[in-house]
Amino acid sequence: MNLTLRIWRQPGPDAGGSMVTYQVSDVSPDMSFLEVLDVLNERLIRAGEQPVAFDHDCREGICGSCAMVINGRPHGPEQTTTTCQLHLRSFRDGDVIDVEPWRARPFPVIKDLVVDRSAFDRIISSGGYITSPTGSAPEAHSILVPKPVADLAFENATCIGCGACVAACPNGSAMLFTAAKVAHLNSLPQGQPERESRVLSMVATMDAEGFGGCTNTGECAAACPKGIPLSSIANLNREYLHALRAGRA
Amino acid sequence: MIDYTVGEDIVDRAAPDGPIEARWDTRRFTAKLVNPSNRRKHRIIVVGTGLAGGSAGATLAEQGYQVVQFCFQDSPRRAHSVAAQGGINAAKDYRNDGDSIHRLFYDTVKGGDFRSRESNVYRLAQVSVEIIDQCVAQGVPFAREYGGLLDNRSFGGVQVSRTFYARGQTGQQLLIGAYQALSRQIAAGNIEMHPRTEMLDLIVIDGRARGIVARDLITGEVRTYLADAVVLATGGYGNIFYLSTNAKGSNATAIWRAHRRGAYLANPCYTQIHPTCIPRSGEHQSKLTLMSESLRNDGRIWVPKRKGDTRAPNEIPEDERDYYLERIYPSFGNLVPRDIASRAAKNQCDEGRGVGPGGLGVYLDFADAIARLGRDAVEARYGNLFDMYQRITGENPYEVPMRIYPAIHYAMGGLWVDYDLQSNLAGLFVIGEANFSDHGANRLGASALMQGLADGYFVLPATINDYLARGGLDPVGPEDPAVRQVQSEALDRLQRLLSVRGERTVDSFHRELGALLWDKCGMARSDESLRDALERIPKLREQFWQSVTVPGTGAELNQELEKANRVADFLEFAELLALDALVRTESCGGHFRVESQTPDGEARRDDENFSHVAAWEFGGDGRGPVLHKEPLQFDYVHPTQRSYA
Repeated sequence: MNLTLRIWRQPGPDAGGSMVTYQVSDVSPDMSFLEVLDVLNERLIRAGEQPVAFDHDCREGICGSCAMVINGRPHGPEQTTTTCQLHLRSFRDGDVIDVEPWRARPFPVIKDLVVDRSAFDRIISSGGYITSPTGSAPEAHSILVPKPVADLAFENATCIGCGACVAACPNGSAMLFTAAKVAHLNSLPQGQPERESRVLSMVATMDAEGFGGCTNTGECAAACPKGIPLSSIANLNREYLHALRAGRA
Repeated sequence: MIDYTVGEDIVDRAAPDGPIEARWDTRRFTAKLVNPSNRRKHRIIVVGTGLAGGSAGATLAEQGYQVVQFCFQDSPRRAHSVAAQGGINAAKDYRNDGDSIHRLFYDTVKGGDFRSRESNVYRLAQVSVEIIDQCVAQGVPFAREYGGLLDNRSFGGVQVSRTFYARGQTGQQLLIGAYQALSRQIAAGNIEMHPRTEMLDLIVIDGRARGIVARDLITGEVRTYLADAVVLATGGYGNIFYLSTNAKGSNATAIWRAHRRGAYLANPCYTQIHPTCIPRSGEHQSKLTLMSESLRNDGRIWVPKRKGDTRAPNEIPEDERDYYLERIYPSFGNLVPRDIASRAAKNQCDEGRGVGPGGLGVYLDFADAIARLGRDAVEARYGNLFDMYQRITGENPYEVPMRIYPAIHYAMGGLWVDYDLQSNLAGLFVIGEANFSDHGANRLGASALMQGLADGYFVLPATINDYLARGGLDPVGPEDPAVRQVQSEALDRLQRLLSVRGERTVDSFHRELGALLWDKCGMARSDESLRDALERIPKLREQFWQSVTVPGTGAELNQELEKANRVADFLEFAELLALDALVRTESCGGHFRVESQTPDGEARRDDENFSHVAAWEFGGDGRGPVLHKEPLQFDYVHPTQRSYA
């Protein structure tokens, strides 16, 4: 296959950036999208040019490092597929492919396709946990968790923190990310004591970090590589109202 | 470089005597404590935020220590523990199937081919039950049954169901539990977290580990960090083979640099080759993806009986298939340990019965499971793995059998530690995959998560107190000449990497090293192949320093510089790995020497000469290393020829 890649190049956080066109030839449909960038980078390095900087690590779709907007869609054209799991068989010979970093004010560009997502860590550290210091735990079977509850918690806990939801949202909202953690922890019996403080604190941090509000566009859930459902956002709103009514604000 | 010298034997002085059941209690009682109000006066550096590092950082901070923690990823949540799929073992005996702490201990010592320490493994089995309690309390959504109880499944090398799991994402869920505990401590101001910061060297003063040199990967700034103790939780060195199931960034720099500063490196030749990975599809391959061992609960492994059979799998009738694991190992069948399953697959392919491109693959077939349980049940158990397989290969495993082939997965070897998880270098603690201690020559499935969390939540926090309470640490400042020295050496090295400006990329060297190691020191190793590797590695290293090219500068985000620094260390590490494999002329676990096998091709141990840990001391650049042996003693499990037939 032969492809034309138009990639966002930006030397540093304060520098201007632009789309730069590269041709890649003789690539195989079995290659992953990141392997195409590997091939391009080796060529650039040998030519004495700067390779394209991009985040990646596990290349199995689970660490959440890779983050590219491909042809206008976070993680590209395949549903529930991270950039690293996207393969060239999803494209056609001769395609022109645009590759950009996540675009959202709370995710500033560091270099090329690398952005700073530390705002997500701050949302989690403001309440996305169950207080359970090591050594304090009761016997695992002392609290039963009905299977549907465990499944709901699991479905939301599969979030990989990649940020595609924010990149997809016209408002740059982090509602789906925050909602997934609230749904995971607030649905479990172990999460009940901090149920109200958790949601209030996480939402406050989300707002303080500069993420936009939710207008129920639904782009986030469509872009989510782990299929976190949009209904989690409705749940977040319910949890938030519940906490306000409970007078914990 | 085949010259090495044999030094004095090394002994684990931290392990107490007495009945094995009481040793951990004894050690916890004899370990000195640090008064809660004094703990905040101690700084502890933790490098790495995977299951071991994340759980250790959180627990030490909960206890009141000042923790300074590092990871090279942009967030602690991305450490490669996140990719572990199958599950975590614990001797809960919830299935009432005859499990016990003693049986988990026995299975692990036997699975490790009698090359691990009894005391350590027994403690691991004891602590395993507390780990599940801890994780459930944190909200880890383990799989449950309809009655609300935790579900279990079975893994290779055992005959009980003791593996707890969260679909095929157990590592992710456990890691997020540890990450959330860590996040809570970061917000509380008890942990100073440095993401995107990579350790370059260890600072040793007066024989004690006192800090690290680390590079901020965004700004390129190389800084020193000082503390009372240093904990390395930096994972394994499987990426030395280039193609492995490790993350692209996983590297051996921290443990190799610590080794160069005096820490012994134990059993580097014990590398685990996982039997069920997706075969490579071409030259461009950048990494390999594991398919969880749990698939062997329901999938059946087979190859065509006829050599070079190119028919599609569905066209090969039942009586022309060889379910070779079920045939050779009837009592464990498809659930034999990893080393045995890997070698059996290699043997089938070597004999010409492999399937797929290049004949490097065997089938893992779910047709029987789907017929027996229905597609929905199979999907509920393994859905995400099937999806991943389909995304990578373009084939639907519900309809055609998966093709799998062994790949490098885990490093049993690592820095030598005593029962307290302390290296021979005082004040240096090593936990998780980075140490060598619990898995012997072969790790059983679902034991890595158990060990990482055992070390981080329960073992290290109890033993590090003892070191800190003994005191005797002189204050050290950043201007101390010894500190400045290490920092300037690290900077010089980066400058050297940047100034070669040759014509070959870092990846080209890494690929060449990986291919060489896989070929000469992979699934089968011989005297000849290892001597050849030992000839070629130093030449490749020399070439690297003459002709590598690293663009850009050190004062910016420079991913090629990061890689170059890691590959430079792999090129040194590889030599010790091959040397250790050469010196150990027996076969054991994942280390298979072709000269040492039984008539039916199984690994043959040589207990008389090799029932020891090989702990290597760095001899200096251009000088051979020194081998220290730690004799292994078996009082509770009698070493036998492993049999899974």
